[in-house]
Amino acid sequence: METQLVLEKWAGVISTLTIGADAKEGGTRANTVKIGGQKSLPLLFKEGDIPNPTAIAFEIWDVSPLDWPEELVAAYGKALDNPFDWADKCINEFKAKLLCVRMQGAHPDFGNKGPKEAAEFISILLSRVKVPLIIIGCGDDAKDNQILPACSESARNERCLIGCAVQENYKTLVASIMADGHNIIAESPIDINIAKQLNILISDMGLNLERIAINPTIGALGYGLEYAYSIMERARLAGLSGDKTLASPFICFAGQESWRAKEARISPEQGIIWEIITATSLMQAGADLLILRHPEAAKKVSEHIDILFKNKS
Amino acid sequence: MFVIGELINGMYSKIGSAIKERNKKAIQICALEQITCGADALDVNCGPASKQPLIDMAWLVEVIQEVTDKPLCLDSSKPAVIEEGLRVAKNKTIINSTTADKEKLDILLPLAKKYKSQLIGITISAKGIPQNKDQRLDLAASIIAECQEKGFPVEDLYLDPIVLPVNVAQAQMKDILESIAEFKIISEPGPKTILGLSNVSQGVFLRSLINRTFLTMAVAYGLDSAILDPKDKELMDTLITAELILNKNIYCDSYLEAYRKK
Repeated sequence: METQLVLEKWAGVISTLTIGADAKEGGTRANTVKIGGQKSLPLLFKEGDIPNPTAIAFEIWDVSPLDWPEELVAAYGKALDNPFDWADKCINEFKAKLLCVRMQGAHPDFGNKGPKEAAEFISILLSRVKVPLIIIGCGDDAKDNQILPACSESARNERCLIGCAVQENYKTLVASIMADGHNIIAESPIDINIAKQLNILISDMGLNLERIAINPTIGALGYGLEYAYSIMERARLAGLSGDKTLASPFICFAGQESWRAKEARISPEQGIIWEIITATSLMQAGADLLILRHPEAAKKVSEHIDILFKNKS
Repeated sequence: MFVIGELINGMYSKIGSAIKERNKKAIQICALEQITCGADALDVNCGPASKQPLIDMAWLVEVIQEVTDKPLCLDSSKPAVIEEGLRVAKNKTIINSTTADKEKLDILLPLAKKYKSQLIGITISAKGIPQNKDQRLDLAASIIAECQEKGFPVEDLYLDPIVLPVNVAQAQMKDILESIAEFKIISEPGPKTILGLSNVSQGVFLRSLINRTFLTMAVAYGLDSAILDPKDKELMDTLITAELILNKNIYCDSYLEAYRKK
């Protein structure tokens, strides 16, 4: 006897977020990347339309990362010394379609670069690479409130995805993003109530809910992955049930979290495996955009996505 | 909760005179205000004083449709008036209402099918108002049986256990609440449940408090829909909070606002 699938019919839809603007839209990107837009739980292709496969962005920094493990450093070699070479390598050698640049050099402990330098950096990067950009602050709220508006302005009309806004610090970033036509990342500490509240606060300022990606904050394999999974699943169920304040696509910093695990540093293979397992598990939880670090992990996850989405029909 | 706004009713003097004077604007404002306050559908009743209910009903439906595409709940005891509303309605419709009497069901079920309308069935009959839960369940079962016989989908049926004022029928309140839960298990798929909320506080002091307390209890018994005054903000806040406590929506500090944003 053939097994009958129990299919759920959802009232809601996850919002579609486009990263990058091409010439037709007033930007200069060669390609754009769409995430979200699904009417189904992750990968349940028979349940509802899943128009956009999970996207991968390569993470680069505006400064040479000092504390990255040997395995990661080896993968990029000398290119790590120059962020533009690093960006080129991701695109030319590893076929990146999307870059996520962390403005780590602005952090008071990592060079304390100012808004002018940050804006210049983004401007050069935009002229050097043609893929869409995700721009992440250094994590110091006061400093990010200076540099992110400068980066936003420098990338005006390029429809970047910029973050991260948090509940205690979102107003400055929201204002810049509205003025310059970007999308925002709303970060909550593995907390669905705060994720929802922050989305409301941001939309109250006038930024459309459809321009928000949720960074639910994730843990790597062995470091709370299942907790992140349950939060993402619950938010996704609410979004699909019609709660527009939770119907945002998810961005997950899988590379960053995986390489923090001590197990990832035991051997080169194990680090890559750690990143792959973390990333692919997050896809099952509903990740729409994965920020990855090791090119080999990105390649394997990308192949995995291709296989899953090839079987779509 | 599917909220049906009750304010477009000719028995209210403002609406009554708006109907009489063909004051389109007043009706449309009343429609939009209710929607802003959280109504998912609008009850439409031309009131007992209407001398030409067929014409008034059609006029109300057309006037409201100009400003909203929310479902309209066509409210009259006369099937001819309801049909007039159905005939001109472009929006989705809900017939309000049939009793458990066969004569009534014989007219309204075919109408509901013809116009693809949903239907409210009140558990009363020509014999009068039920006195307890068992009588309510008997009447509910006969309405459902009639729907099944005539090929009307039970999912499109709303059953109303008929709410009585708390000062008239205090002993029946618990039966009414329990009926809400038990109606759902009469058939598979089950019917939806509905209350005409304001009846509970007819002629009593502290109306608003009694309305929202009764609604909260009904929500806990699984109520799907209510005809109520959505402009009563405390009532709506209480409803949203009751549903939050039942985990129907995810908490956040601005959950009242979040609900209204939906």
